[in-house]
Amino acid sequence: MFKQLPNDQLEMVDILLNGEKIQVPLGTNVAAMTLSQGQRYTRTTSLSGSKRAPFCMMGVCYECLMVIDGIANQRSCVTYVKQGMQIETQQGVGSLPEGAHHE
Amino acid sequence: MNDHYQLLIIGGGPAGLAAATTASGQGISCALLDEQPAPGGQIYRSIESVPDTRAQTLGTEYLRGKTLAAAFRESDVEYYPETRVWSLNNGREIGITHKSQSKIITADQILVASGAIERPMPFSGWTLPGVMQAGAGQILFKAAGVIPSDGVVLAGSGPLLLLLAWQYLQLGVDIKVILDVTPLSNHLFALPKLPRALLAHHYLTKGLVYQRDLSRAGVKTKIGASNLQAAGDDLLKSVNYRHLGREHTIETDLLLTHFGVIPHIWLTQSAGCKHQWDNSQQCWRPRHDEWGNTSIEGILVAGDGAGINGARSAEHAGRIAGLQALFELGILTESERNKQAKNDQKWMKADRHIRPFLEAYFAIPQSMLATTDNETIICRCEEITAGQIREAVETGHGGSNDVKYITRCGMGACQGRQCANSVAHIVADAGGEAVSESSHYRGRPPVAPLTLKQLASLTKENRQ
Repeated sequence: MFKQLPNDQLEMVDILLNGEKIQVPLGTNVAAMTLSQGQRYTRTTSLSGSKRAPFCMMGVCYECLMVIDGIANQRSCVTYVKQGMQIETQQGVGSLPEGAHHE
Repeated sequence: MNDHYQLLIIGGGPAGLAAATTASGQGISCALLDEQPAPGGQIYRSIESVPDTRAQTLGTEYLRGKTLAAAFRESDVEYYPETRVWSLNNGREIGITHKSQSKIITADQILVASGAIERPMPFSGWTLPGVMQAGAGQILFKAAGVIPSDGVVLAGSGPLLLLLAWQYLQLGVDIKVILDVTPLSNHLFALPKLPRALLAHHYLTKGLVYQRDLSRAGVKTKIGASNLQAAGDDLLKSVNYRHLGREHTIETDLLLTHFGVIPHIWLTQSAGCKHQWDNSQQCWRPRHDEWGNTSIEGILVAGDGAGINGARSAEHAGRIAGLQALFELGILTESERNKQAKNDQKWMKADRHIRPFLEAYFAIPQSMLATTDNETIICRCEEITAGQIREAVETGHGGSNDVKYITRCGMGACQGRQCANSVAHIVADAGGEAVSESSHYRGRPPVAPLTLKQLASLTKENRQ
């Protein structure tokens, strides 16, 4: 669906996307990074379980919610990639990782 | 960050940046709060960090943001990026979250420069992954250099659709088809506004150049397309539409739609500023005078958040509102304010000659604004359909807020940002009244996400 044009000016960082270790440019917003990795959706709804993907990319539609560093319901379009970040597709309201508690 | 400022500016787009630069060097305490990590707003997003090749594609209009951002960086205004404003009230108290710490701060003058959002336009299948707003496509490119990899269908109505198509053309993106849903009757309605639009003919010329380049490159445009539908089981597979009386289907994994932009009014709404329906722009906007004053003393608006007039006008309006704030703070006399505002008032008026034509030409048809397809989801968050909204109206729930209480539409994570206008249109249509007589959801704080921990982090001193 999407691809990211090469940009030599950016430093690359390691992140985990759904458990897979990948290298991505530092500072890219998480939604753009996720789409350019070939992921077609970022969450499922808590009501019907239907798949949803980023829609507005400017922080107003709340469709791009993901689990970022263990915290659910983060708008991935206004969150920026950092070294070691753990990003996961959100299922419904977003279950918590084992041993974690709601922040 | 102080607990109190003489002037607080919310939003780092053209209006906010221009206002901040105007307020600089005047010896007042002034801060600008913005959700993004860098200045520019959506229109000049990533303007400071964009690589040269990308900037070239985005063009000279985009590069104008560089000057604005640089002037702002040189100002003495305190800058708080990645700051969420989740509350504003008529006592000029602002609830914010900055670096996970929440705070309530106050100001004598507050300028809300919240900008625009893309008009959410429900149609069958618009919630499928693969359907996005055209502005989202442009932000992906501006902010991250991300472009469609397997072709794209562009659909809707408005100048942004054409601009994005032209930019994608420069980038070698396969544009499968452009579905222009602008009704042909709009051309007639817009014609009387053309002479005034010719006063701002550079906008028209640009549009014609884009059209010429696209058609030379062989990009197909279906003018007067209708019955737009996105189809697929759980992901977008194809787009259906009607053109010249025939039904068509085109396979695609990406559909970008555009139906104009509307002011982002959640903050001014929750503060209690009076709003009015703008028939020409087909949206609500905060009432304001020529200086940006809203119905609440000390709260000003400028830029697209005050009514849609585009980036250049936003810059002028931002400067004018900045001068007004300085006048209210006693820094400028009335005659100094008037004198310094003259050029901006003149240029703003000239820039806006194009608007009535654009608004008439790209007016969205009533049949799309108030869909009669009862299966279409209107509230994306709570998954409420047009049929459920019409049923609520038929059983005696005659306003947007009544429909909200009975169906939960507008109560999800986006707080109604994606459905407020559509619900108002459908409620008006079902009740047989004009949308101008209809109501908008009441906005309530927090208007941006706030965790309990962040709420609890409010210290005693700033909770008072």
